[in-house]
Formats: sequence, C-alpha cells, structure tokens
Amino acid sequence: MTDPVLSRRRFAQGLGIVVATFAWTARSSIGQAPSNLPFSLRNNRKLAGWIRLKPDNSVVIFTGKAELGQGILTALAQIAAEELDVEFDKIQLISADTTHGPDEQYTFGSQSVEQSGAAIRAAGAEARAVLLVAAARRFGVAEAQLKVVAGSVVAPDGRRATYWQIASSEPKLLRREIAANVAPKRPADYRIVGQSIERIDLPAKLTGRASYVQDMRLPGMVFARVVRAPRDRAKLMALDDTAARSVPGLVAVIRDGNFLAVATEREEQAIAARNALASGARWSDDGISLPDTSNLAEELRQLRSETSVVGTAGQTEPVPPGAKRISAEYTRAYVSHGSIGPSCAVALLKNGHMTVWSHTQGAFPLRGDLAEVLGIQNTEVDVIHTPGSGCYGHNGADDVALDAALVARAVPGRPVKLQWMRDDEFAWAPLGPAMTTKVEAALTSEGRIVDWSYDVWSNSHAMRPGQTGGVNLLAAWDLKVPFAKSPPPRIPQPFGDGDRNAVPPYELPRKEIRNHLLLDTPIRNGSFRTLGAHGNVFAIESFMDELAEAAGLDPVAFRLAHLKDPRARAVIEAAAATAGWNAGAKGDGRRGRGFAYSRYKTIGMYAAVVVDVNIDRSSGIVRVARVVIAADIGSVVNPDGARNQLEGGIVQAVSVTLKEQVTFDRRQITSRDWAGYPILTFPEVPSIEVVLINRGDPSLGAGEGSLAPTSAALANAFAHATGHRLRLLPMTPERVKAALA
Amino acid sequence: MSTRITVNGEFRLVDAGPDTPLLYVLRNDLGLNGPKFGCGLGQCGACAAIVAGNLVRTCSTLLRDVGNDHVTTLEGLGSLENPHALQKAFIAEQAAQCGYCTNGIIMAAKILLDRNRNPDDEEIKDALAEHLCRCGVHNRVVRAVRRAAVELAR
Repeated sequence: MTDPVLSRRRFAQGLGIVVATFAWTARSSIGQAPSNLPFSLRNNRKLAGWIRLKPDNSVVIFTGKAELGQGILTALAQIAAEELDVEFDKIQLISADTTHGPDEQYTFGSQSVEQSGAAIRAAGAEARAVLLVAAARRFGVAEAQLKVVAGSVVAPDGRRATYWQIASSEPKLLRREIAANVAPKRPADYRIVGQSIERIDLPAKLTGRASYVQDMRLPGMVFARVVRAPRDRAKLMALDDTAARSVPGLVAVIRDGNFLAVATEREEQAIAARNALASGARWSDDGISLPDTSNLAEELRQLRSETSVVGTAGQTEPVPPGAKRISAEYTRAYVSHGSIGPSCAVALLKNGHMTVWSHTQGAFPLRGDLAEVLGIQNTEVDVIHTPGSGCYGHNGADDVALDAALVARAVPGRPVKLQWMRDDEFAWAPLGPAMTTKVEAALTSEGRIVDWSYDVWSNSHAMRPGQTGGVNLLAAWDLKVPFAKSPPPRIPQPFGDGDRNAVPPYELPRKEIRNHLLLDTPIRNGSFRTLGAHGNVFAIESFMDELAEAAGLDPVAFRLAHLKDPRARAVIEAAAATAGWNAGAKGDGRRGRGFAYSRYKTIGMYAAVVVDVNIDRSSGIVRVARVVIAADIGSVVNPDGARNQLEGGIVQAVSVTLKEQVTFDRRQITSRDWAGYPILTFPEVPSIEVVLINRGDPSLGAGEGSLAPTSAALANAFAHATGHRLRLLPMTPERVKAALA
Repeated sequence: MSTRITVNGEFRLVDAGPDTPLLYVLRNDLGLNGPKFGCGLGQCGACAAIVAGNLVRTCSTLLRDVGNDHVTTLEGLGSLENPHALQKAFIAEQAAQCGYCTNGIIMAAKILLDRNRNPDDEEIKDALAEHLCRCGVHNRVVRAVRRAAVELAR
C-alpha cells in the first residue's frame, strides 16, 4: 500500500465488508469508516464535496455517477431536493469530473441510485440538519421549533432565513466531514422522491442545445480520426503517408508503433485523410485465428480456461434414486453495444496538463490509465464526463479518450475532437463475449429438482480501464512501447463476471455451478449490459421450462414450487396475472407464450416476464407481439424513469435475442455497419406493459434487470409455439427455419 | 470557397467546398447540434434534416446538391424556450433516453405529420422504420408522435 498507483489499482479487499456494492478499488480509509456509512461516502467524506449552496440561490450537487441516458441525474436531483427540502428546480447536478469529485469510480452494475443516491440522501439530510442548527442559533429558538419550507428555515414567530442567507453568514458551515448520523426523511413524508419528474436534461437534447461531447466546440479545435488495422493484433509493416499529407487542412499525421491518427482543420478533411492514410498502410498478416462460428460452443470450450466452483450445496448427499436426468446446452453469440453515435472525446494538452472530455463510465479510473500511458502524474490529467450516445456498458468511450489524448499530445495547445467512424466502433469496441453453458438436472417423478449441475464458459466481461496489472485501453497496446492488457479480474459471487446469475435462484437441495473463465481472448471482450447474466439466465430459464415440460407441469407453477422468497413469488404471480397466464394453454405452431424469472445479480431487482410471439414459419421471422414485466426494484425514486429503463432493456433484449451477433471470418470481424449488425426497428418493437411492485424496500437499480428474463421468456415462447427449442442465440430466420424443417 | 446556403430561414455563407457533406456544414460551420453523426452511411438516420420539404440523410448529401433549397434542422422546428409540438410531445412522453438518435426521429415525424395529419401507430412505425434507436424508447416515440398530431390539430 506504499505506492499510490498500486494502491489505486489494488483489487478490492473491500469486497468482504461491502455487502451490496461492487467496486474495483479499495483504499485504506474504507476500513476506518463508520460501518453505517453509505459506500460512496467512505472515500468522499467532505460534505461540501457533495453539496454547495450557490449565491444565486441554487444548490449544486456533485455526484461521481454519470448521465449515460438512463436519467440518473434527475433521480439524484430528486433525492437531493427531498432531503434538503428545497424546490426541485433549485438543484443543479455536476457529475463525474476529476477536477473536483466525488470519486464514485464507475457508473455500472445498476448501482447509481443505490450508491450515489444513498450518499446524497445522507449528505442532504446532514446539510439540512447543520443549517437548522445554525438557524436555531440565529433565532435563539430550539431546532425542534423550526421548520423548513422550500429552502427557508421558518421560526415559530414567522422570522425566516433562507439556506443561502444562513450559509453566507457562516461560510464554513458545510465544510465538515460527514458524520452520517442524521436520520433521513421517512419515505412516508416524501414529496419529490417517488414522483415521475421529467428528465432535466431532455429539453436541451431535444431542441439541439449543445449537450454531448460530440457537440463541443473549443477555439482552435482540430478534428481527428484514427486508422486501425484490418484485424486484431496485426502490425503496421509499412506506411506511405504522402496522400494523407496532401489532404487540405492537414495538421498532423500521428504514428506511434501501430497507432495511426490524423488531425485536420475540418472534420470532413479528417475523414479524407483517414481514408488516404489507410490506403497507404500495409499491415502484417499474422493476426490471430478467430473461432469458427459454425461451431462456436465447442470452439469456446477449447480455449484455455480457469475453472472455479461458484456455487455448491448438498454434494455429500446422494441423488435420490430413480430421478430422471435431463441435460441441455445453450450458447449466445458475441454482442455489440451498437450505440447510435460512435465514441467520441475531446482532449487538450495545455501547459503540460491534459484535459479530456469523455462519455466514459469511469472518469477517475480512466484518468489513472491515461496518466500511465502518457507517462505523467494523475494530477496532470483531468477527465470530465460529458454525455455521449447511449451507453450499455464498456464501449469505445475510454479507448477514444486515449486516442484523442495521443493526438492532443502531438498538437499541444489545440483542442482535439476525435470521433470514431462507424466501423471503428463495430470492429474495435469491446464486445459482450459469447457464452456457452451446459446444464444437467435430476427430476423426481413428483417434479422436484433434486440435483443441478451447471457449467459456463465465457471470457471475462470486465476489462475496463483502472484494473490491476496493465492498461485496458486499445491504443496502449499498439504503441511503440506497448502496455500490457490487464488480466481479467476475479469477481466473486454474487456479482460475478461470466458467472453473473449462474447460480440459480431456486431452492435446490443439491447443486454445483462451475465457472470456466476463458483466458484466451480471440475477440476483444468487455462489459455489455448484465455481463454474464444474459447468457446464464437464458440458459437457466430455458432449462426450467424444459424441466417443467418433462415433469408435465406448468412453467409458472413449476418455478413457484422451487421458490420461497416472497418478493420473487410476488413478481411471478403479478406477471402471470397481468398477462392472463393460462396454465395448460397450448401453442398452435405459430403463436406461443413464454415465461421467465430472475433476480439480477442475485441481490438486485426482481423481474418476471411474459412474452407473446408470432412466428412466420415460411420466412422464419419471429415477431414479439407483447411483453409483460412485473418488477420489484424496491423503493422507486422516479417511476416513469424506472419504467423507461425496464422498457428499454426489454427492447434491447428482444433485439439481441432475435437478431444480434457480431460476425467474423477466421481473420477479422465482418459486421462493421448496421447492415451487418441489424437491430430491432420500429415496426418490430412489441407492446410492453410494466408492473412495478413497491413494498418500500431499499432501492435497487432498474437499468439491467429486465434484459435477461426477456430473452429467456422469448426463447420459451418460441418453444411453446412450435414445440422446437432454440438453444443458440440469436434466433435468426435461418435457424428458425432449420428448427422447423 | 464560399457557398450560400439557406438554413432555418436564414441565408448563410459558409467556407466549405461543394463536396462537403451537409452534416459537417450544419454542425461545424453553422454550429448546429441537432443533426448527429451516426454512421456516415445513411443507415441510421441520426443526421436527418429536411431539405426542400424532404427528409434527407445529411451525412450523405453534398453541399453542392443542396443548392438553393431550404434546409430545416431540429433547431429550426423550435427552441428550448419555444419548442415545437413534436419537441413538447417527446418531453411529455419522455420519449428519449440518451437522445442521440432523436433528432432524426423528430425530423422524420415532422415530415410524416406534414403529409398525414392523423397517422395511426402502424403508419408512424413505418415512417420511422429506417431510424435506429438503441435505448429502446420506440413505444414512447410512437405515443409522442400521436400526441403531437393531436396538439397540431387543435
């Protein structure tokens, strides 16, 4: 713990003490924090680091979480306004910015309301209490006699002082360590939390106000583009940059090892220079051999792997005799993020200080890796989160930030805007890894599962910047003096990596779940929404239907018979009731209905999903007509925002399940545009009904939990309709026709 | 190499060559943010604007081909202070998550409503079939277009 860089990178010892939170890094201060302190406050103890009262009678709230299109800033503003008792429109949010903090690491894992929300709630309650104490002194009355109305403290005799008046006479009031000993407001007293307040950022975005990093325009800014190899790990053998240098407006051609970029005065010139430079580049032919997609599951299982048992029970007990053994194998393809806007960053090197504006999910971790690659101190780099196109995980945001910084280093004093082209994003951004699973279970004649054996093979889904043992930034591996890629972390259950949600949620007397972390990485891997949960829940919930069918039982009843958790049972019953689930209904060959359940990350939100499909047997096209979801995300900060997230996850899951696969030959990725990587379109989107069950439990993130059960319910609906089961995703028309032939 | 262009009702002179894609003229010469770079291939629709009453993909429309035609961008429909019925409806329905694709969708919806004052859901979906959205707000978009149609009919 002596080297600050190493300690920043040390993989969380803190996991042991942080029950419901996952983060990469631990600092020595974690162990000293009061045990009741919300996670995000442990490293960010200063009250003024979260809340400042501005002279213009507004409140600035600082969060380390980033707006990725999920509406988090609005939800956090609601929590702040609620606890402070100020009007909602007085709240301004500043997010994920290394120039001031707080450092909340990454915006990932559906943890922003849980982490930043809890921190802002505690900070807000404490700031309100501190202001009340000061007001009590000022008025010479007891605090208990004071009340707060819209940011003003009111005494019984009618005297009043605004928060801002109090703070201006006592400017050091909020400059204190958070004690986290003030009880927050009772949920029954909420006026703002729990309301469907409109997103604070949408009016600007929908009227063309500069909102995105893509919209940034700084004086003297140049435009840049990168030129990448045609395939992973190819080396630049020769470069003729004559044509590129003759493009009008050229400012610089940058080459560092295999990293190539151009900078020009105008954006279309950068694209022309990129194309010219690409034509002049000759690359080695020694890229690695990619898996044979016609035999994907077997190809994955043959990669080097590290096996660990991630769940076990009852292994010393024998399996009851006479139980019927059933097995199956499920596989999903590599999946792309497919953000509509390719990744973009703006970078400026000025007076030795590098500032990068980025739509990263982790401003602080990215800063560390940028500093390491640039060979400068962390303090000489700042990363300021600026919204980009939709973020569904670890896309090209971090990589393009380094690309832009490398160009900015070559043109000091001039801001550089670098946006990837569409093919850069599809071919080079980290992908959600392909996964394959094998599951075997034993079933009694009464339809009880008495044994469960499960194996999942997957590359790591967690290869972000800021991890220990290397640098996870694309260009860093291409430099003349290259950096090593960080090895995959070992993320324990219940969070897991490729094994996220690999342990079934059901009551199983005997089970063993093995995770085979693949160590060879033929295709660049990263985090796509839900990590391994998608592949695992697809497998487990498909298999539950197969078991129910073998037992001759209704899929809903079969699940309920293996579940005790009342919240799990409640979402299942609510989804079935809302959809009008009819036990025993038969598919007619073209129409069918499927069910699935999961609790995201094992400790996150609950979701049960019913999917109705129509199948055109001649074309092989599967249409999803309707999706019903019942979800329990605990206490809901913004119901419409939560519904929006659940709906979006459902649409994305239908798209992934029916259509999406990164295609490649044995040498390189071939799906490099929207024709090669089609996603769900307007006419194909199902109607969606969302039922939210709120029992007042602590808030659970809603950003991811609707995806995996939707995929599984869709696969189950297909099987219900046709009597044939597709165990390989996506369910393309070719595969459907083959299954039905 | 100055070229004259009419955008959102104003004559503008831009210092861009005739082969420049309209997208970069709008964004970089005129400082407009509505049209977005999505694919540069005319596949996704994020860059859409209205030229001479037609929906075009500005990433694959050259400045020379615009000529004297009037160009309307998202900014030309309405502003933060005075939003168009479509912009108001998209806010009311919260019909965006990241909002990056929304420019093209609103512009396509504008053309639809210009030609069909009372479209049904299928007509709306068909009009937007070539516009990609990755966040999955499609159903909200359809509701927003319907809402705007009602508002415009008042």
